[in-house]
Amino acid sequence: MSSDIIAEIKRDYLVQLAKDGKRHDGRGFDQFRDVTISTRYIQQAEGSARVRLGDTDVIVGVKMNVGTPYPDAPADGTLTTSAELRPMATSDFEIGPPSQESIEIARVVDRGIRESKCLDFAALCIKPKEKIWMTWLDMHAVDYDGNLFDASSLGCIAALMTATVPASKITGIEGVGPMADFPMPVKDVPVMTTAVKLGGQILFDPTSIEGKVGGPRLSVSFDREGNVRAMQKGLGGAFTADEVKEIVRRGGQHAIELRAILEKSL
Amino acid sequence: MGGKKPEGMVLINEQGLRADGRRADQLRNIKIEAGVLKQADGSCYLEWGGNKVLAAVYGPRECHPRHDQDPTKARVRVRYNMAAFSVSDRTRPGPDRRSQEISKISSEALDHVVLAHLYPKNAIDVFIEIIEAEAGTRCAGVTAAAVALADAGIPMRGMVTSVAAGKVDGKVCLDLSREEDNFGETDFPVAYVNNTKEIVLLQQDGHFSPDEVSEALEMTQRAADEIYELQKAALLRKYQQMAGAEDVEGDAGHEPQIEPEPQIEPEPQIEPEPQPEPQSEPVHDTGVEN
Repeated sequence: MSSDIIAEIKRDYLVQLAKDGKRHDGRGFDQFRDVTISTRYIQQAEGSARVRLGDTDVIVGVKMNVGTPYPDAPADGTLTTSAELRPMATSDFEIGPPSQESIEIARVVDRGIRESKCLDFAALCIKPKEKIWMTWLDMHAVDYDGNLFDASSLGCIAALMTATVPASKITGIEGVGPMADFPMPVKDVPVMTTAVKLGGQILFDPTSIEGKVGGPRLSVSFDREGNVRAMQKGLGGAFTADEVKEIVRRGGQHAIELRAILEKSL
Repeated sequence: MGGKKPEGMVLINEQGLRADGRRADQLRNIKIEAGVLKQADGSCYLEWGGNKVLAAVYGPRECHPRHDQDPTKARVRVRYNMAAFSVSDRTRPGPDRRSQEISKISSEALDHVVLAHLYPKNAIDVFIEIIEAEAGTRCAGVTAAAVALADAGIPMRGMVTSVAAGKVDGKVCLDLSREEDNFGETDFPVAYVNNTKEIVLLQQDGHFSPDEVSEALEMTQRAADEIYELQKAALLRKYQQMAGAEDVEGDAGHEPQIEPEPQIEPEPQIEPEPQPEPQSEPVHDTGVEN
């Protein structure tokens, strides 16, 4: 049965639960599901991570190659982020060109990383105006039970933090001598936290069904100092300004906890 | 965001004024006109600073492809598109990732106010064309689309108004210009439902402390109230003109009564009743001073 129909049937139940201060899986509103992060998972990739957030499972790989810089940033490396929502992950994902959902996830995760300035793009320059490192960040959702935003975001930063720039492989660039591999220049650890509104309550780390019953979603990305680097409201429905402030406040606390889990598992 | 500010570029001077002379909480000039296209069920033309935007609404109509249909309500489908000539370097026609994302979040924003359950299996298609772009096109697009929806007579819970705040030279500012958008630190587009103050669209990229988020929310909400008055006035003007034309046709020679203040309905989402007074006032230019 289509999960849309299941959501339709379960809406009242989930809303009533939320009004009673409960969730369908027994968690508290502020409780994230168990997170496990394994890194250096794919040997062929320059960096990689697999994140399990409850029953959501995302694999992230970092690949790098030498390319030419953009004319407006002649001494900066580049970052390209994409998300593959594989049909194996849930019956809601379909084969075919990237859906709006996958584009949204990739762009929101990308913004959290880019806007926190966590990647030192200047350190990814090989020869100004000519050769730079291009970084490709690809996330594959292979099992989906909601909140891909936070899981992918954790996976991406974990993969970047454990990535190695394969500098020893490059040869034949005029004026550039032999180089040694070096760790990916990562300067900050942005962490995203996502909440949905259900029955007037704010629920963090929504499961698939909690994200499907019609409430709005807000994802907020925090840097190490607790500043907000990216936000995205998604899905139907609306928040009040006070709810937004509340999600920023509570999300900031969760970001600290998630960052601690992340750093411990590297 | 993210552009490197050229050496010596000043975006806010010592008097606290911005490069184009605006105060931190001041909008660019906005001009809104409803009902500008003939074929569409509803439409809107909007100029906002250097932005020129057209929005058109078709529907409710049968939803194609079929698998897009929702048996419980109409699909509100926004397509945001930039014209190839709208920016300094030609953009390739067709949807790119950026415009797909904007289309998605704009659909979700407008879906909240449209009484979509009245039209199961239908589509309400909203087309936003950015004819010329100067920062803030998604806000201009959503604001125009909401007027076009009302112009099409689509039942709505409230009017949607979108406006961005940002950070320029370390200061929270309203409605960034192109320069400020390129070299500022933060972009923060929001859309509100006017009568409930609900937030139906919210994005941020760049750097804000939690306090600056609150400041930007308050600043954008005040601005949205200002813009809402222009949306409402545009709709009233259109229906007054229609009523005026009918009046002349059906009752030639009759002296039309001109009320100095148009009766403004508190509930803008309801299609304004055609009023018999013609009003020949041209497109209203905002004095968004104060």
